[in-house]
Amino acid sequence: MSLARRRFRPAALLLNVAAALVALLVLAPLVWMIAVSLMSTGEAAAFPPPILPDQPTLEHYRVLFFDYGVGRYLLNSAFLAAAATVLALLFTLPAGYAFAKLRFKGRERTFQALVGALVIPGQIGMLPLFLMLKYMGLVNTYAGALVPWLAGIFGIFLVRQYALSVPDEMIEAGRVDGASEWQIFRRLILPTLQPVIVTLALFVFLGSWNDFIWPLIILSDQDLYTLPVALAALSREHVQDNELMMAGSVVTTLPVLVVFLVLQRYYLSGLMAGSVKG
Amino acid sequence: MTRRERSAWSFVAPALLAIGFFFALPTFAALLLSFTDFDIYALSDIRNLRFVGLDNYAALVERPLFWKAMGNTMWFVLLGVPLTVVTSLAAALLLNSRMLRWKPLWRLAFFAPFVTTLVATAVVWRYLLHTRYGLINYGLGELGVEPVDWLGDPRASLPAILLFVVWKTFGYNMIIFLAALQTTSEDLYEAARIDGAGWWARFRHVTLPAIGPTLLLVSILSVAGFFQLFAEPYVMTQGGPAQSTVTVLYFMFEEGFKWWNLGTASAVAVILFVLIFILTMIQLWFSRRRETA
Repeated sequence: MSLARRRFRPAALLLNVAAALVALLVLAPLVWMIAVSLMSTGEAAAFPPPILPDQPTLEHYRVLFFDYGVGRYLLNSAFLAAAATVLALLFTLPAGYAFAKLRFKGRERTFQALVGALVIPGQIGMLPLFLMLKYMGLVNTYAGALVPWLAGIFGIFLVRQYALSVPDEMIEAGRVDGASEWQIFRRLILPTLQPVIVTLALFVFLGSWNDFIWPLIILSDQDLYTLPVALAALSREHVQDNELMMAGSVVTTLPVLVVFLVLQRYYLSGLMAGSVKG
Repeated sequence: MTRRERSAWSFVAPALLAIGFFFALPTFAALLLSFTDFDIYALSDIRNLRFVGLDNYAALVERPLFWKAMGNTMWFVLLGVPLTVVTSLAAALLLNSRMLRWKPLWRLAFFAPFVTTLVATAVVWRYLLHTRYGLINYGLGELGVEPVDWLGDPRASLPAILLFVVWKTFGYNMIIFLAALQTTSEDLYEAARIDGAGWWARFRHVTLPAIGPTLLLVSILSVAGFFQLFAEPYVMTQGGPAQSTVTVLYFMFEEGFKWWNLGTASAVAVILFVLIFILTMIQLWFSRRRETA
């Protein structure tokens, strides 16, 4: 069957139109968010709702950054997400590799216990964790906000699944050359783990950026707020300011959307690997 | 311990210590905390703390708002899980069709909402759902439907949030389904086609059995996900109108971090965990029974 014939089958045409329509519906809220953020004040509160701005303006972005100090929250979010990523990688990569390739007593049982613990939602321990951090003086600090990212069981699982495919000969060769286990890990293993490192970094970065309930609980000082916490507070005060809130939403979510678009290959492959083998 | 084993432990020890201290310990402590009357007085002076046994649980059972939150959450799970499973499976089947072109583009479009910031898109949806100026009521109006007061009517608020959650999360389940569908053998479909099986018969007898385990995984993840709704009502309705969108986690948050009744809130956390655990077990048991039947 030639490609040309296949292209004109009515069922195929219908299917492609359906996909385009669904995509349009799914993306409409995001496109509308950007469009309204560029409208002048009050323009969106009309019937029928306008789709495109009459005269696009960046006024609301100016107000957000100069009057509401959103730049500060943007930096807070970026710093916390970057720090969470570095910390998670530091703790998770060696552990995930060791569970896959190094021998020690109780390895299988420990790993089974970790996988079992994956079903326990993090919210269950949130109140005691808050109290612990309070007595440690870490409430209302970035350290307190970062703590949950150290205990990333899913990351260990992801790295282990990937590290299983590292050939044993490679590690043996390093040992024969007299390298220590950590030297082998740094020089030989880490370069081969590069794809899963990008995937994990992406998961943690987006996860930290989008996180809401934990920063909401642990950060009470407004100067420390992350974008989602600041946006939620702002949206309670400015219910009527449609265009301003859309600009705030764009500032909050556009950075992660762009990061995802650039690195989507790593994100989706990691998701598929995690689900199929899990 | 050999030298090699010692160095192996140095790889896992930092992560295990962090998990033990910041995850396992607090999870276990939640149970203990739920047996105490930890409140704002204990917060200022720990000597005010008393052991109260099951009093927190007994008091919760008497609270109408607790039952309201439980009921609302049950509705979210009962309606949301089938809705999100069907939507994401339909999307995955569409994307898996051999006749579809530009697949990566559509896949990206369907998945995009999942990576957006929940708070930001919840704010967007609050305006989309606006009674007078919202795009959704405008679209419905074109179809001849009267305007719905989505976030102001206690009967419409839960479906409205449900719609938003499904939009936000179906892409994730869709990717998991896609991964499973792509490992399903083409030969099986070919054989079924030669036998004259129609679209529905092929779906029923080839696709469904092949993705059975994935279906189980997705429904377990979805149940856990719908039990943990918090930011959606927090941003969109603040639990209202008439407490119609107060979820268990929202109730726990208010109890713990607004009123500082950490003992009561911990009891809610424990109940939430037990519920998720039981429902997961039921789903596992159900799927095993179907396999052996």
